[in-house]
Amino acid sequence: MKYSYYPGCSLERQASAYHQSTMAVARPLNIDLVELEDWNCCGAIEYIAVDLLPAYALISRNLALAANQNGPGNHQLVAPCSACYLNLSKADKYMSDSPELAEKVNIALAAGGLSYTPGTIRTRHLLDVIVNDVGLDAIKERVTNPLYNLRVAPYYGCVVVRPGFNNQFDDTEYPTSMDRLLRTLGAKVIDFPLKSHCCGGHMTQISQGVALELIRRLLKNASDYQADVIVTLCPMCQLNLDAYQDSVNKHFGTDYTIPILYFTQLIGLALGLPATELGFGKEFVDARPALARIGSQPDMTDTAGLRRDKKALPMPRMTGEV
Amino acid sequence: MGTTATTARAPTFFDEVVAETPGDPRLETCLQCGTCGGSCPSGADMDHTPRAIFALIAAGMKDAVLRSNTAWYCVSCYYCMVRCPQEIHITDIMYTLKRMSIKAGLYKDKTSVPEASDFAETFINYVETYGRSFELGLATRYHLLHHPLDMIKMVPLGLGMWRRKRLDLTPRKIEGIQQLQAILTRAKELGGAA
Repeated sequence: MKYSYYPGCSLERQASAYHQSTMAVARPLNIDLVELEDWNCCGAIEYIAVDLLPAYALISRNLALAANQNGPGNHQLVAPCSACYLNLSKADKYMSDSPELAEKVNIALAAGGLSYTPGTIRTRHLLDVIVNDVGLDAIKERVTNPLYNLRVAPYYGCVVVRPGFNNQFDDTEYPTSMDRLLRTLGAKVIDFPLKSHCCGGHMTQISQGVALELIRRLLKNASDYQADVIVTLCPMCQLNLDAYQDSVNKHFGTDYTIPILYFTQLIGLALGLPATELGFGKEFVDARPALARIGSQPDMTDTAGLRRDKKALPMPRMTGEV
Repeated sequence: MGTTATTARAPTFFDEVVAETPGDPRLETCLQCGTCGGSCPSGADMDHTPRAIFALIAAGMKDAVLRSNTAWYCVSCYYCMVRCPQEIHITDIMYTLKRMSIKAGLYKDKTSVPEASDFAETFINYVETYGRSFELGLATRYHLLHHPLDMIKMVPLGLGMWRRKRLDLTPRKIEGIQQLQAILTRAKELGGAA
């Protein structure tokens, strides 16, 4: 299936591992990603804090370019970054709801010879496309190197699942798409309580104490559940949890060494793609010791490791739950 | 009893906030239940929780609202917004308060969070010049301005990013930068929300 692809500024360099692994898994999963030509920054959460209309015009230039590039018929724009996904879908939704806003934005766009009709483009997050368009069954067929024995904490962060402007694809507080995806890849998925809590976003720059505490909570929670890795779908979450893990350890006297990987990197490994094509090695916390745990299929009949003891009341269990 | 005032009243601070927020933010429906503050990851560090801020807005206490750090400590995680029983566009109102506080010049006040607005302004400066964000420039310029003595602490992180090929040394410029600048200039002239 063919989509326009909006990588966003982070994926160009800071999160190039995300971009690289996305491109690597797109081929075997039959996702045709065509990069939006000459796209511009979505403004993150900064532009809107300074000036409203230019912020919407900035985002809408991308929507207008996507509509032009696709022509009639194909109207899907895929964003792997949480902030880009939110901004693109939110601007579209608010312009649909407010014709006055749409009109003003279009007057601005006209200064650059562009126009955009709200609702033309459907912005999708990459996880949504992989889980719901490609589908878990199709992915399962292609898994050649299952991630047996790897305990993963699925971390969604905040905005991908939160307000879901126009296209809510999962629960706002207890999402499960990535849990199911990672289980399909053979990994042991922990029931991660803080899976949709905030990583602190730009607070690492503005008020580091606030951010470090939020990062600490996430690392502690994953560590309490004995996760080998935290799996993320957002460049900001990856940066905060990975690059600032050392600062957290210094600040709180902890000793966390939890690698933070992109879900696309794990898909790549399970599909048997070489690690060199998946951007490994760019993480601050070395992922190799954790990945070395991937081994043969565990004995599913062994009940010794079950969380509930035999005296407990019978409770429903999800397939593959640990 | 008797005469009811039907003459149009002057816009209050409350009206201003609503007018500057896109769409219908539903602010008048606030029940003061406090779900927002209870859900907020940085609520403990705020001068006033979102619930209290909405009460201050309703009371017309513009100065107290725009001087507080509340909006600047909002991490934009939308937790409050999806939990709000009245579906108030809380995060968007926080953005409105940030813009109003910059416009009123109150954000430079030491009781507020001048760093946060400077970070945003430095960020958009790069976007307006190149069309894309530029992390090295942003971090350097912003920290030189606000934490020059801490710059040395930033070096290991910066070097680590560079060694892992996660940092551009020069900004990337889009081809249609003039088109983008024309659009942004026009948008600034138009101003206002909708």
